[in-house]
Amino acid sequence: MSAAHDVPLDDDGQVHLRLYVAGQTPKSLAAIANLKRLCEEHLAGRYTIEVVDLQVTPQLAAGDQIVAVPTLIRRLPPPLRRVIGDLSNAERVLVGLDMIPRSSAT
Amino acid sequence: MTDQVSAQNPGAHKAPPLRKTPTGIAGLDALTFGGLPEGRPTLMCGAAGCGKTLFGITFLVKGSEDHGDPGVFMSFEERQDELTTNVASLGFDLDDLIARKKLVVDYVRLERGEIEQAGDYDLEGLFVRLGHAIDTIGAKRVVLDTVEALFAGLEDSATLRSELRRLFAFLKAKGVTAIVTAERGEGQLTRYGIEEYVSDCVILLDNRVIDQVTTRRLRVIKYRGSSHGTNEYPFLIDEQGVTVLPITSAGLAHEVSSEVISAGVAGLDAMLGRHGYYRGSSVLVSGSAGTGKSTLAASFVDAACARGERSLYFAFEESAAQVIRNMGSVGIDLQRHRDAGLLVFEAARPSLYGFEMHLARMHRDIETYNPSVIVVDPISAFRGPAVEVNATLLRLADICKSRGITALFTSLSSTGDAMTDGERDVSSLMDIWIALTDLEANGERNRVLSLLKARGMSHSKQLREYRLTDHGIEMVPVYVGPDGVLTGTARVAQEAREREAEQSRQDRITARRRVLERRRVAVERQIAELQAELESEEAEVTRMGEQDEVDATNRHADRSLMSTLRGDL
Repeated sequence: MSAAHDVPLDDDGQVHLRLYVAGQTPKSLAAIANLKRLCEEHLAGRYTIEVVDLQVTPQLAAGDQIVAVPTLIRRLPPPLRRVIGDLSNAERVLVGLDMIPRSSAT
Repeated sequence: MTDQVSAQNPGAHKAPPLRKTPTGIAGLDALTFGGLPEGRPTLMCGAAGCGKTLFGITFLVKGSEDHGDPGVFMSFEERQDELTTNVASLGFDLDDLIARKKLVVDYVRLERGEIEQAGDYDLEGLFVRLGHAIDTIGAKRVVLDTVEALFAGLEDSATLRSELRRLFAFLKAKGVTAIVTAERGEGQLTRYGIEEYVSDCVILLDNRVIDQVTTRRLRVIKYRGSSHGTNEYPFLIDEQGVTVLPITSAGLAHEVSSEVISAGVAGLDAMLGRHGYYRGSSVLVSGSAGTGKSTLAASFVDAACARGERSLYFAFEESAAQVIRNMGSVGIDLQRHRDAGLLVFEAARPSLYGFEMHLARMHRDIETYNPSVIVVDPISAFRGPAVEVNATLLRLADICKSRGITALFTSLSSTGDAMTDGERDVSSLMDIWIALTDLEANGERNRVLSLLKARGMSHSKQLREYRLTDHGIEMVPVYVGPDGVLTGTARVAQEAREREAEQSRQDRITARRRVLERRRVAVERQIAELQAELESEEAEVTRMGEQDEVDATNRHADRSLMSTLRGDL
């Protein structure tokens, strides 16, 4: 996918992602796996992933307005983006992270 | 209502009855016989502007203040600062409650445009937040306002539905008493049909406009495991918060009192067989404009306050200040009672609320203030279908009777003699009916009071003229003469005429007496003269007799002298 090169990146090109999950559920595990795979494919070497388990740190849920889990938040570069679900739909994830233009998503 | 109360506890041998959590909202607890089902969610639905949020906040604040129950308010619509500002007018200090760890407000922001869905999700995040908030302060009460915002913020309503079902199960598992609010939907209770998931208690709020007057109403649609009032009940949202008014008809079983209290006007007391009104009776004062209905009401209140009783004056045409000023002009000083805390005015335009709402408000004021006499001035200000007005007044009269409150209602009647339907209907509710009329004669109007009825006592049937003087109402005896009842100057003139007639009669008698006296004096003088005449005649006769004797002696002496001289030796 060459579209990844069109991503507007931060100065240093780093993408900071945070994934909120609630426990080690199948959905959580699927989301983590899907995210790692997508990042390796499109953002190799310039991403960081932080996984927050709300079962362990529930106090973090309100701060980032988490309602649904899993929720993926792109903290950097701004603006903040959020994608919910187990991230099985790669195209929607990329749209949600502004990595491909919205119009091409169907 | 009483039947339902008894139905609530059919038998003590059964499983423990449903525990209830008082909402702290006066009236709602009464009509649900204790409050909301404890540890279960309650659905509160209604259209926009019904007061769902306020119900929720009141539930939490009262819970914290009155029962020490900490609460969580999860808001999907208003931010915490907005919420705090909005309820500050009700005297609720959310910031303080939050600081004291009695309340957690969690604003859940959902913007559909900002959220991309990529695969399956669940609402565990919400559960975690809610669970965390509940656990942090040990919350017993939870409000979710408005949970349906989830449908607007998230896609995949099938997932949402199953998650909502799980949410309610989660709330039950947490053992919190929850209020879940929802928007009213077309053809169903809520827009997204979530009443399906909340099956324990459903309360419907309504905001109806009839004849440009809005009335808020509440109805408990269902309450599993408990009986409840089934009617629609009006409720108020004002500076005192939310008040629901279950208007229970007290029936006709109230206690009666044979204690009598003064009407505040001495002459009127005298007309009533027991020298006043029975305590707890309803008094109607009807009359045309300017007959002094309010003055009579104020006299009554003045007398009550002077006895040290609490009075409540509902003014629907004048402001409190205006009533006080106007009554000051007839020498009734209401301000001092107000200052002493014995008199409270509640002034409102009749068109401000519907009848139900007025009644509800009056009921609440009566409950709060607990007066021993009330005045409603005037009931005729309520315009609307006679049936409704009548029902409202009947219930107000019932409320007063059941509490032993003596109520005085004034009513503006048309100037004609004919009684309107409304008056006829209302009058049958009243124990005492005082009619004030303007009698028009000889180019002037005069005020006349009459007692049309007084239940349970004899009363004067006379028309009595009264005057509004600078020291209150003064009853004047009416002149009843051969020409009928005379009032005003006609009475004064007639009285003057009578006084004149009396005077001239007196004068005539005096004159006759003088003439007689003169005659007597004359006669006595005549008698004296005659007597004198007689006496002088008598004296004459005596004198003549004495002369005779002298003459005879003289004659005898002469004769002896002459015989001596002749020498008759």
